[in-house]
Amino acid sequence: RVDWSRLGRGITGAAALDASQVLGTCGLDPYSDAYAASAGRMDGLLSRLRADVAHAVEGGGPKAVQRHHSRGKLLPRERIQALIDPGSPFLEFSQLAGKGLYGKDDVPAGGIVTGIGRVHGRLVAIVANDATVKGGTYFPITVKKHVRLQEIAEQCRLPCIYLVDSGGANLPRQADVFPDRDHFGRIFYNQARMSAAGISQIAVVLGSCTAGGAYVPAMADESIIVRGNGTIFLGGPPLVKAATGEDVSAEELGGAELHCTTSGLTDHMAENEQHALSLARNIVRNLGPGTRAAVPLPWAEGAWEEPRFPAAELRGVVPTDARQPWDVRAVLARVLDGSRFHEFKAQYGTTLVTGFGSLYGQPVGIVANNGILFSESALKGAHFVQLCSQRGIPLIFLQNINGFMVGKKYEAGGIAKDGAKMVMAVANAAVPKITLLMGGSFGAGNYGMCGRAYSPDFLYMWPNARISVMGGEQAAAVLHLLESEKREREGRPWPTEEQEAFKKAIKDRYDAEGEPSFSSARLWDDGVIDPADTRMVLGLSLAAAQNRGPRSSQFGVFRM
Amino acid sequence: LTSGPLPTQPPAISKLLVANRGEIACRVLTSARKLGIPSVAVYSEADRAAKHVSLADEAFCIGPAPARDSYLRTDRILEVAQLTGTTAVHPGYGFLSENTDFAAALEGAGVAFVGPPASAIRSMGNKSEAKALMSAAGVPVVPGYHGADQADERLQAEADRIGYPVLVKAVLGGGGKGMKLAASRAEFMDALNSARREALAGFGDDRVLLERYVQRPRHVEVQVMADAHGAAVYLFERDCSVQRRHQKVIEEAPAPGISESFRRSIGESATAAATAVGYRNAGTVEFIMDTATGEYFFMEMNTRLQVEHPVSEAISGVDLVEWQLRVAAGERLPLTQDQLRIGGHAFEARIYAENPANNFLPAGGRLLRWRPPPGAAEFGPGAVRVDSGINQGDQVGVHYDPMIAKLIVHGPTREAALRTLHAALGETQVAGLPTNIEFMRRGGVDTSFIAEHEDSLLERVAPGTDELCLAALIYAAPHASGEPSASTKVPCPEPWRQPSAFRVNHPARASVGFGHAPATGGLELDLVGAGGGVTLEGAALAEGSGLGAEARVEARHVEVTADRVSAELAGRRVRGDYVMHVCGEEEVLDLWVFVSVGDWVEEGQPLVAVEAMKMEHAVCAPFSGNVAELAAHVGAQVDDGHQLALVEAAPAEATA
Repeated sequence: RVDWSRLGRGITGAAALDASQVLGTCGLDPYSDAYAASAGRMDGLLSRLRADVAHAVEGGGPKAVQRHHSRGKLLPRERIQALIDPGSPFLEFSQLAGKGLYGKDDVPAGGIVTGIGRVHGRLVAIVANDATVKGGTYFPITVKKHVRLQEIAEQCRLPCIYLVDSGGANLPRQADVFPDRDHFGRIFYNQARMSAAGISQIAVVLGSCTAGGAYVPAMADESIIVRGNGTIFLGGPPLVKAATGEDVSAEELGGAELHCTTSGLTDHMAENEQHALSLARNIVRNLGPGTRAAVPLPWAEGAWEEPRFPAAELRGVVPTDARQPWDVRAVLARVLDGSRFHEFKAQYGTTLVTGFGSLYGQPVGIVANNGILFSESALKGAHFVQLCSQRGIPLIFLQNINGFMVGKKYEAGGIAKDGAKMVMAVANAAVPKITLLMGGSFGAGNYGMCGRAYSPDFLYMWPNARISVMGGEQAAAVLHLLESEKREREGRPWPTEEQEAFKKAIKDRYDAEGEPSFSSARLWDDGVIDPADTRMVLGLSLAAAQNRGPRSSQFGVFRM
Repeated sequence: LTSGPLPTQPPAISKLLVANRGEIACRVLTSARKLGIPSVAVYSEADRAAKHVSLADEAFCIGPAPARDSYLRTDRILEVAQLTGTTAVHPGYGFLSENTDFAAALEGAGVAFVGPPASAIRSMGNKSEAKALMSAAGVPVVPGYHGADQADERLQAEADRIGYPVLVKAVLGGGGKGMKLAASRAEFMDALNSARREALAGFGDDRVLLERYVQRPRHVEVQVMADAHGAAVYLFERDCSVQRRHQKVIEEAPAPGISESFRRSIGESATAAATAVGYRNAGTVEFIMDTATGEYFFMEMNTRLQVEHPVSEAISGVDLVEWQLRVAAGERLPLTQDQLRIGGHAFEARIYAENPANNFLPAGGRLLRWRPPPGAAEFGPGAVRVDSGINQGDQVGVHYDPMIAKLIVHGPTREAALRTLHAALGETQVAGLPTNIEFMRRGGVDTSFIAEHEDSLLERVAPGTDELCLAALIYAAPHASGEPSASTKVPCPEPWRQPSAFRVNHPARASVGFGHAPATGGLELDLVGAGGGVTLEGAALAEGSGLGAEARVEARHVEVTADRVSAELAGRRVRGDYVMHVCGEEEVLDLWVFVSVGDWVEEGQPLVAVEAMKMEHAVCAPFSGNVAELAAHVGAQVDDGHQLALVEAAPAEATA
């Protein structure tokens, strides 16, 4: 709710005219005990997150890093730093990928760094192998992360730069890496498709590029190789020796000299990594405008205001008690430009908050949960999503949803039908869509609010968020009920302590699997972010998504 | 400042050729333009785009970069003079300004030489002859040896007779070139060899003369002006006591602490000296003054317009170049001695591309930034005047003199002028090359000052917190940010345009390297972008930067343009100008090598000498040992920071 008492204070002149759009603190009292408690919990979660990310940034550990550096090679993030414009943000994705997936095999960040950065003022998608992690080989999660970045690049029409330093597929895990549709081969398929679509593919070979990996530079539109460190071959010296008995060095078999002068596999020869990265920058500088007409966005030059409340207060927004309701406008007041929000249908279907605002001057439509979804909320959501699609306004979904309302009255009222309308609208809206999980993301609510299955351009989680088909407690209750009915039918008694243990096991399992790190490790999202960075991350993502230009939406049959 | 009638007609010169380059060519061309005289410039291939070329009405290339192939080519300059119908040639200073053959050739071709007659140059150019002439005219001279016998033994004996410290000077030298000091008998032969080498390279004549070195001397010089009608005036004296390596650094006029009677006396001696050699046009008579006794001795006469002439212009209100042109055109001097008055006090500071921290070794390279103090006059009267022959972006000190500019200040009193000098030096911006600006700002005005206070003048000053933060912010927020990409012309969307260096869940770590003369260094910074500002965390830099390992500075409202940065640091607005460092700038220095690999060298023995246009700098063995590596050969061109030689200390000898 708008805090009317705070409105107009300190606002003079023209700004006062639309003061009605300015949000107040929206219930959040940063000096309250409740705030301190929730911020305290968030700080704990954040320090865990930062420790996990710091571990990922260290790659294969100090020894591997030292060995890597001693060869004149840089770590993937150092390479990216040299590649992107000085001072440019780097929007890194899925830093927790691979965490705990392979038992003893630790694969920090999935052995690959992906993200979006700015090169000569132009946004580019970057994939960088981390050779300090298992020689940069592709684990299943590595493939998934690589392919996901390509998906983002294709969606956003961003030129791709591959900083290649990889031993190719992880052979012991070939079954999960090689054969399926979205496995290793998909990388080159994507390169071919993107190249055809006019999305530039640039490869920089900074290390080995073996077997299937050789296709990354081979499929690129333009490629660079570093003399000495860079090698490309389908079969390395050991394989050649085994197959033909031929004794050949890696450099002879697939070094820079060979590929730049004889085979023609690579186009530019670099003397060292810095040189290679500066060549890559030059390539980006000389890319044409692409297939999209280079029309400046109308708001590209516009000014904007920062929100009126500190972003750090977002760390205390979510109460420690998940059942306690809280006003999502507290988030909007700390994310949107000037804390301005032009709410749509404020008095109808109030458990879903919809309306217009802007992020760094880019207009956005907000769809935010403010309680459980009822028929009216779903109808309002469907209406608003269609409205934004019609106007070409990107959508941001802020999830904190336990699901749709259940019960005889609601089923009879057609809640499934109304929920389907919202899902239909969300699935077909062709505007950029970004989803943020601020709290719970349970059940069909996840669908209506543009969960991962609805291919939002980007999806992020706060460290406190939970994602599962239903909440742990509900699941425990439901399964407990089914089990006790079954035992009753079979006439088997069920001691109370066993019942409690049963419920606890289910709840624990749901809680663990609903954790952001569990989700992020499996790439169910594009990353876990600090709530204080929400505005920045959403803004960067939105700008990247806007790069693809306008598209028109077509909707299917809405069940009336 | 000046009373009396002044001529209003331009001098009778139908076209003026300036046979020089750099600031003096620009200076002369500016006066020519003021007087409405058509002008011709000559230039070498290296100076195609030089400032003096753009100031002239016509310009002609006269040869390749080396001065001997261009600015010293009498024949080519004469050819241009004839081709263009030039009626007068101004030689500036240096190059052909004191070349009698050139002056004579011009006379022969019927072109006026804006300078003295060849005979006067010849008389004054030979120092021995000059001193004899002066003695005869009753002008006091310093004890010395000016003999024709140049044998080492004879010179050594004469040096012993004169007494140490002794100055060894090239007979044909001037301006410090080919001049060496031997403080004791042990140093004499080194000084002699070095002086001969420079003399041979500079003047094609290795004869030297010896002179007593006055220990606490004051170097006072008098500006004189004589016309073809027998009139001569002095435009008061200049004090040029602030020198390093015998090169003038700061000059002032009038000389402080001098009585009116002394001034008249030395001035009259100067005009007497000029008259004695039949002098015409502008010249400078140099005297050395013994501060203890108040005596003064004739040193030499510089038969040209000098580098430091603007200080005399400032206090006398006379445009000396205009007078030179009038005299050359046969006019009478516009004013008599009685009409000349001293007005105020003036200083000149020469800004050189050189490295004070590295024994003033001349530097060469591209001038990435050059901004004179705001509001400074150029080649004309003003409280702050800048005479400079270079443009931002020019190469400096590579082929020619490493002087960037002269800064001249004029104030009602000496104190006022000094204050202005200090402020003006502070407002002068030079980047891309090391300069002596900071050194001069810290310096005082005393002949021995530099030697006595060298340590404090050369102290390495670590950059302050503000500088470090601004440097980091420039890194974080380069001017490239938000520029439309070359290919799309579409501005980068927000918030990508912001220089936030944003990273997800970890700080952006940046190594910021910077040069902050005389210290250089680098630092590791975590850049934490947030809400339109940048937080610099965990900055660490070696000693005394003020930024410890735990430093955390918040910068808000960061604005970075192509050459300016400003930010609010801890509540204060801090601004700075900057130049992005450009790598790969070549600094070309010529090299002499005295040793070969395997040679045994004694401590202090010269190994190689590096010559950058005007100055020779010897690199001596730091200790006795064998020459293990030699990365240099004669005539090689080397860059700053290049390793030249490696000397290995002798293994400790086993003692029985």
